[in-house]
Amino acid sequence: MNGGTQPKAERAASRRIAGAFLVSAAGAIGFAVTYGLDGGTQWEGVCLAVAFAGLAVGLAVWSRRLVRVGGYVEEHEGFTPPPAEQAMTAAVLHAPDSPTRRWGLLAALGFALTALGVAALFPLRSLLPSDRQRPARSLKDTPWGPGVRLVDGEGRPLRPEDVPADTLVGVFPEGGVDVGDAPAFAVRLDPGRFIRQPAGGHLGGLAVWSLLCTHAGCPVRLYLKGTGRVLCPCHQSSFDLLAGARPVAGPAARPLPGLPVEVGSDGYLRATGDFTSPPGAGFWSRP
Amino acid sequence: MILGSLARALDDRFRLSPITRRALAKVFPDHWSFMLGEIALYSFVTLILTGVYLTFFFDASSADRVYHGSYAPLDGATTSAAYASTVRLSWDVRAGLLIRQTHHWAALAFVAAIMLHLARIFFTGAFRKPRELNWLIGVTMLALALANGFTGYSMPDDLVSGLGLRIITSVVESIPVVGTWLVALALAGEFPSDEMIPRMFVTHVLLVPAVLVALISLHLGAVVRQKHTQFPGPGRTEHNVVGSRLWPSYTLRTLALFSWILAVLFALGGLVQINPVWLYGPFEPAQSTSPAQPDWYVAWGDGALRLFPPWEFRVGGYLVPAPFFPGVVLGGLTFLLLYLWPFLERWRTGDRQLHQLLDRPRDHPARIGIGVCALTFYGLLVVAAGDDILARLLRVPVYDLLTLFRILVLVLPVLAGVLAFLVARALRRGEASSLGELTRADLRRATRPAPRRPAGQDEPEVPDLHRPGQVELWPEGALWRWRYRDDTGQVTLTSNRAVTSREEAVGAARLAYPGVDRAVVPGPPPPPPPGRVRTALRRWGRAAAAGSLLVGLLLDHRRRGGRRGPPPPDPAEPGSPPADEPAGPSGRP
Repeated sequence: MNGGTQPKAERAASRRIAGAFLVSAAGAIGFAVTYGLDGGTQWEGVCLAVAFAGLAVGLAVWSRRLVRVGGYVEEHEGFTPPPAEQAMTAAVLHAPDSPTRRWGLLAALGFALTALGVAALFPLRSLLPSDRQRPARSLKDTPWGPGVRLVDGEGRPLRPEDVPADTLVGVFPEGGVDVGDAPAFAVRLDPGRFIRQPAGGHLGGLAVWSLLCTHAGCPVRLYLKGTGRVLCPCHQSSFDLLAGARPVAGPAARPLPGLPVEVGSDGYLRATGDFTSPPGAGFWSRP
Repeated sequence: MILGSLARALDDRFRLSPITRRALAKVFPDHWSFMLGEIALYSFVTLILTGVYLTFFFDASSADRVYHGSYAPLDGATTSAAYASTVRLSWDVRAGLLIRQTHHWAALAFVAAIMLHLARIFFTGAFRKPRELNWLIGVTMLALALANGFTGYSMPDDLVSGLGLRIITSVVESIPVVGTWLVALALAGEFPSDEMIPRMFVTHVLLVPAVLVALISLHLGAVVRQKHTQFPGPGRTEHNVVGSRLWPSYTLRTLALFSWILAVLFALGGLVQINPVWLYGPFEPAQSTSPAQPDWYVAWGDGALRLFPPWEFRVGGYLVPAPFFPGVVLGGLTFLLLYLWPFLERWRTGDRQLHQLLDRPRDHPARIGIGVCALTFYGLLVVAAGDDILARLLRVPVYDLLTLFRILVLVLPVLAGVLAFLVARALRRGEASSLGELTRADLRRATRPAPRRPAGQDEPEVPDLHRPGQVELWPEGALWRWRYRDDTGQVTLTSNRAVTSREEAVGAARLAYPGVDRAVVPGPPPPPPPGRVRTALRRWGRAAAAGSLLVGLLLDHRRRGGRRGPPPPDPAEPGSPPADEPAGPSGRP
């Protein structure tokens, strides 16, 4: 190696490093200015990225050019301790006054700690719903019931004429638009094409089903016009409304529950009961 | 000057210099794949830095709130406070969107880095004794990272994340006996409950990060205590670590890496839109959107849910719904196998030895076969989670793709695994040193059962690592140093630190190179003649002058230790081949 070039190369590296740090500082100042002027997300991100990239380049060049890389060795002590050392540690642990020698007391202590641990689990029960209802019960119950009127997303009650032919209309129980398991949809189909009657019955082709996919509970909002099928956008389960909303493709295994409806004396649609089975995904004690 | 007296003051009170001296001289091996874990660590630090900022603006509540702000389409809309505050944070808080998007990108990078790190550990056998416990900690952190990613993704209460949360709820509900109770315990009611967002928030910003910090500390503590593994190579044994020192080399390099990660994440956060919740709209139980894909790291679960056939059955009148198998059983089995792998492999191979030297991936064809099989399987599931998008792009019916994926997911992993097994075996048996040099004949040979050639032929070809070189010790003032020299003179490794007595130097050298001859020499031997390592020599030559500067610094820093600091990277000294990654003889798996 010729000594003449060493300081020169080193000076060049130092210049590059200092330059990178200057770029970094410029990026930081740029960020502050951008922030002050409300220059927008893109410029803020670019400035910060430049600031950190400058730091990164400077430090990387520094570590490569001015610092020795590799070539060192460190001994590895190994992990198997000498038997004497183990014996000494064991002797300290089992000294005559060591608690490990008092089995009876240890057992009592263990009992006390176990009792405390179990007792500490009890407050977890407060995490359960405050209404103390069994979860399977509340999954089976929905706000639907005899006499509950069908309303649209804005809460307006629906007449049969509000459900046009071959279109899917989202319906909710009156007063329960936000309830998770209540959403349903009404659709008007040609009763002559029914291969299987809808589970909740129909009013001249107008039938109502739960909107929640029986696979994982996503709303089956995609209606394939003409075919009488609805599709779940989450996992592509598809249900044939003409055949009792039975699953025809995808991972769903059960038909959509139907909602029995009638036209009330005021001319509005209303339910005559809850869904024909619990809506949404399956669970252990689902009937 | 001030720093010096501060260091002295601390040293006078805590006697830090012996610990510091040893810590600064700690050697880490040089290989690019050893920085994957560091990427995960620094992504986590970025997550905490950006996440703390977000907590000042995010309102974790499902109470109604009217949004007023500069995003006109939602101005005046009543949504949950969580959603409204997320939109406000993105549109009306300066730098808020940058930090939020950077946080999201950092989460994606965090999980990706963990998985790559896991793959590196797996394929090189770094999980073997004595590092099984660290493997368990790492797998636990992966599970926590997935969980925290999911809660973070769900908290803004937008339509897409709401669907994801509903799916997860359904998956948990599918667990026999306890499923509905677990959901009730987590959500305090049916989905969607008012409690779920505050609960997810506490889990996301407090519980899981606290556990992660504790586990990261344990993880790194174990690496420091057990020392890093290294690939086999000249001068590397089961009893030493060859590489660069923590100070200054790795201090600078790791800070450079941290800065790179911040630079990339902030560039992504500023320039590449992610999770634009204002476009998705707030969650409403009756709304859905298409296409709806989750973040990539939960996509394997979503893909499995799509592909699993509509099978469900009843046990004594009780229902086991279809999502139970792809959701709960697959996820559970995945993590069970990950946790058990070190012990399964030990049980299968009967290998109870301590390992500080890594396998090359090819050294273990069965392991690489199983690993590639698993990676292909999960990769296919991730792709399957986008089957509706693929169907739209390719203009084919989605159910044809579904059938195709159902077949592929069963067939392709096996094929890929067998191929990986054969390639590894061919590489191990044949002469080819890299994938590119592999010939058809090599592969054909690998398909035949191992011809029972004389013993030893089927053993992995481990290069002769213990080629005895020589250890040389020399006094340096009152201190002693030692170095290892290969017989060929191509490899020279200097001890990472000076010691106070000759006995200590002998002891250290004996630990690092058991059974190698030792000789006392008057001083650092002359450099080997420049050969193929000329490039490295030149590079280190340039570093030499800087070394003297650094020594000045170090001398000041370590004066309290009663020693004079390490010698400069002596221009007359560097004789070893570059240990940085490109030239490591077995560096490239």
